[in-house]
Amino acid sequence: MKHVYGWLLLTPAAILLVGFTHYPAAATLFDSLFSTGTVVRPSRFVGLDNYAALTDDPIFWQVLGNNFWFALGTIPTSIALALLMALWVNDRLPARALVRMAYFTPTVLPMIAVANIWLFFYTPQIGLLDQIGAFFTVPSRNWLGDPDTALACTMAMVIWKEAGFFMIFYLAALQSLPPELEEAAKLEGASRWYFFRRVTFPLLMPTTLFVMVNATINSFKLVDHLFILTKGGPDNASSLLLYYIYQVAFSFFDTAYASTLTVVLLVLLAGLAVAQFQLVEKRVHYR
Amino acid sequence: MSAAGRRAPLLETAAAWLLALLWLSPLLYAFWAAFHPAEYATRFDLLAPLSVGNFAKAWTYAPFARHFVNTVMLVTMILSAQLVLCTLAGYAFARFDFAGRDIAFGFVLVQLLIMPEVLIVENYRIMSRLGLVDTILGIGLPYMASAFGIFLLRQTFKTVPRELEDAARVEGCSFLGVLWRVYVPLARPTYLAYGLVSVSYHWNNFLWPLIITNTVETRPLTVGLAIFGAPESGVDWGVISAGTIMAVAPLLVAFLLFQRQFMQSFMQAGIK
Amino acid sequence: MRSLFALLLAALLAAAVPAHAATEITFYYPIAVGGPLTKVIDGLARDFEKEHPGIKVNPIYAGNYDDARIKALAALKAGQPAQISVLYSIDLYELLEQDVILPWDDIAATADDRAWLKAFYPSLMMNGIYKGKVYGIPFQRSTIVMYWNKDAFKEAGLDPEKAPANWNEMAQMAAKLVKKDASGNVQRWGVMVPSTGYPYWMFQAFARQNGHDLMNPEGNRTNYAHPDVIAALQYWRDLGAKHKVMPEGTVEWGTLRQAFTEGKTAMMWHTTGNLTAVKDTAKFPFGVAMLPASKQRGSPTGGGNFYIFKKTTPEERKASLAFVKWMTTPERAADWSIATGYVAVRPEAYETPKLKQYAAGFPQAVVARDQFKFATAELSTFQTGRVRKLLDDAIQASLTGQKTPDAALKAAQAEAERLLKPYR
Repeated sequence: MKHVYGWLLLTPAAILLVGFTHYPAAATLFDSLFSTGTVVRPSRFVGLDNYAALTDDPIFWQVLGNNFWFALGTIPTSIALALLMALWVNDRLPARALVRMAYFTPTVLPMIAVANIWLFFYTPQIGLLDQIGAFFTVPSRNWLGDPDTALACTMAMVIWKEAGFFMIFYLAALQSLPPELEEAAKLEGASRWYFFRRVTFPLLMPTTLFVMVNATINSFKLVDHLFILTKGGPDNASSLLLYYIYQVAFSFFDTAYASTLTVVLLVLLAGLAVAQFQLVEKRVHYR
Repeated sequence: MSAAGRRAPLLETAAAWLLALLWLSPLLYAFWAAFHPAEYATRFDLLAPLSVGNFAKAWTYAPFARHFVNTVMLVTMILSAQLVLCTLAGYAFARFDFAGRDIAFGFVLVQLLIMPEVLIVENYRIMSRLGLVDTILGIGLPYMASAFGIFLLRQTFKTVPRELEDAARVEGCSFLGVLWRVYVPLARPTYLAYGLVSVSYHWNNFLWPLIITNTVETRPLTVGLAIFGAPESGVDWGVISAGTIMAVAPLLVAFLLFQRQFMQSFMQAGIK
Repeated sequence: MRSLFALLLAALLAAAVPAHAATEITFYYPIAVGGPLTKVIDGLARDFEKEHPGIKVNPIYAGNYDDARIKALAALKAGQPAQISVLYSIDLYELLEQDVILPWDDIAATADDRAWLKAFYPSLMMNGIYKGKVYGIPFQRSTIVMYWNKDAFKEAGLDPEKAPANWNEMAQMAAKLVKKDASGNVQRWGVMVPSTGYPYWMFQAFARQNGHDLMNPEGNRTNYAHPDVIAALQYWRDLGAKHKVMPEGTVEWGTLRQAFTEGKTAMMWHTTGNLTAVKDTAKFPFGVAMLPASKQRGSPTGGGNFYIFKKTTPEERKASLAFVKWMTTPERAADWSIATGYVAVRPEAYETPKLKQYAAGFPQAVVARDQFKFATAELSTFQTGRVRKLLDDAIQASLTGQKTPDAALKAAQAEAERLLKPYR
């Protein structure tokens, strides 16, 4: 009886989950084996042709590389900043509540809304960064228009958005640490850094794992700002995989190729998540 | 807060404050640009006159009222569905040892990784076939069964002592009765936490709503703002900032008023 | 007597107005210039309905050109109604390939209709004609023009009433206009040409001025690698890299107007669609001129046309024709031009008293029109999204110094060839 009940309770959620996660994932894989159909040239089976085209596509490799640097740039930085913020806010800092609010505010703002403001920050000459630079007689830089800096600028924006969000998780974890540990360490004359490195950080490993997986998924998922800041330019220097998928599917109407790209994205996401779990699982210290 | 908290040294305090200022700067700029006429958008003249002209202009350029209504309907619809579906599923996973349960749970967790945004091409096609393109239901449907919600509720339900359930059964409750009378009330903090996370997320969601909506009648605030902010003639920061502030105001005000609850929710969600 | 007359009138009206429900036409349109233009469009729709009871017009604002195309096609695929739409003039081949549009020739039945088809500027029709048939009726069209800051010219010792007429003049005058501060940082550039947003559009101007178009009228061949075209891109690159009158790297489309009105550049190339905005915000006298020539003058046209979809009933087609004809009468074309800064799409519009008066007070408004005789169609081919992106990327790669114009354009041409060969 419990089997029937169990499945019955699960069914409504299961239908939607299968319908919008599992089935589309499978269908995407299936579609990547066909060509895109237009009214004048219907779709046909092409096997691995789309994947061959993928390997020949310089934009794909560029975009993949960008996503890699993007992940590398944003994940450790936002986690480190989040931890730092949590530590600061946990201390008896003057105006602590205000500071905490300031750190967390970006999380409640939609990316797309703030992208325009960041566009202003990065605008050459009249933008905020260059205005501050002018004050120090630093020359104006074409932040978003220079392929060397465009990606880094988008990374800065994403770190700004994410760090406060991760801070909260660290804060929760810090507050659940027993205070006796710190008392004991002080008694033994351990320095703050030593205490952090040997006690606090290892105890925070579960949180770090959670935050890392989250940050990884986000680094592939967050492309909203590109619509406003750079549209992937200059010359795809700041484009990311999901944004490229959007362009291929909805600007070029090449749905088969978009499916192929999506398969790559899915494999990447799955692979990275599994790898992180396995890597960090060993070092996680559960209480 | 930490009982062993010390007074932070001066340098750290300064650094923390500087970072906080940095973190607030985009919002501060938005307020500056919105409340001053266009010429002052890039000039920080402290004596510049205040004006609300940008808000008036933004209000006429894009139908914010309609977008606001759409967004409220969207997050309400999604949250209601999520509460029901995730409660049922969480209950099933927590208290019923049914065949294939662990495999099913594994499948559920896949959605934590592979969110609807990643499958835009295929999901759009499905919506097209269901005739749900350009409907608010179409925006919300892929999100209604939330793996995160199921996970949270399963964890919460698992901590409910069995005695309570047995007591209710003795009084003649059915399975659903037990769920309603025992589990749901005890999970209230989790529901609150989850609710805030969900509303935040869907209020600010952009890519999928962009793809699935075509007209003003269905567009939420984020999509409306993006379309309104990117004309061929270029950016007008005063008007865009005004529009942005109007779009984020509800959530921002709610956040400022219920700061503590907001953060507690996210923290709670994270611990689990 | 009066009641009899009234009765007759009622009878006549009853006979004239069709007994069935009103024909409803829905159309998607983009707004590409800032302003409360949705209100203007809504107002026009209401005015039309008043004059044509029996037809209901339902305008849907869709965002920018890309959005409008995506939305209109999506609606059609999903079975939602859309009879006409204002779409990018260059979406023609995509729409043809999806087999969703009808030539206006097939609906223009009367002699009056056919005369109307011929009433527009020929250069504006170029993007809308395929195999001799008219698919796109010009509605919100623009060209690129050069805006210049008269005060800056005076300051640099140049004649504030004379804009550069050719490439050499532009480079030389721009060099005089560059202003640096004490530490050698540039405070004001000589000229800025945007290279994000629609880089291919700007580049078309350079190429045309150097004597070459970038594609053929059949939409199945591109000329990215012709030596004149490469030389044109080299000139654009040189402005930043060699003559140092323009910033290196890409110049942002969306913020260029602000840069100009804030005095950070003395000249800018931009769409006429910005005219009203510049007029309202510039605190200095400014001029508008045709783009400078190399071997000749030139500019691409831009903007949106009215298209009519195949999935329409005969009543809907007649109603759509009536609406589009009404929207493009000389008076309305004049109104639209004044409200938006777009060019009026037919010569007669400039003969209306309204526009004559406006042009007398604001002569900058007719420069774009005068440039029409040098205008060329906007870049449009089959697989247009991809083919355009190839060029955009090549332009951005050259301007940022990642590739030489020669290498970038040759690579883009090779790829475009691969995409377009199946269409020949």
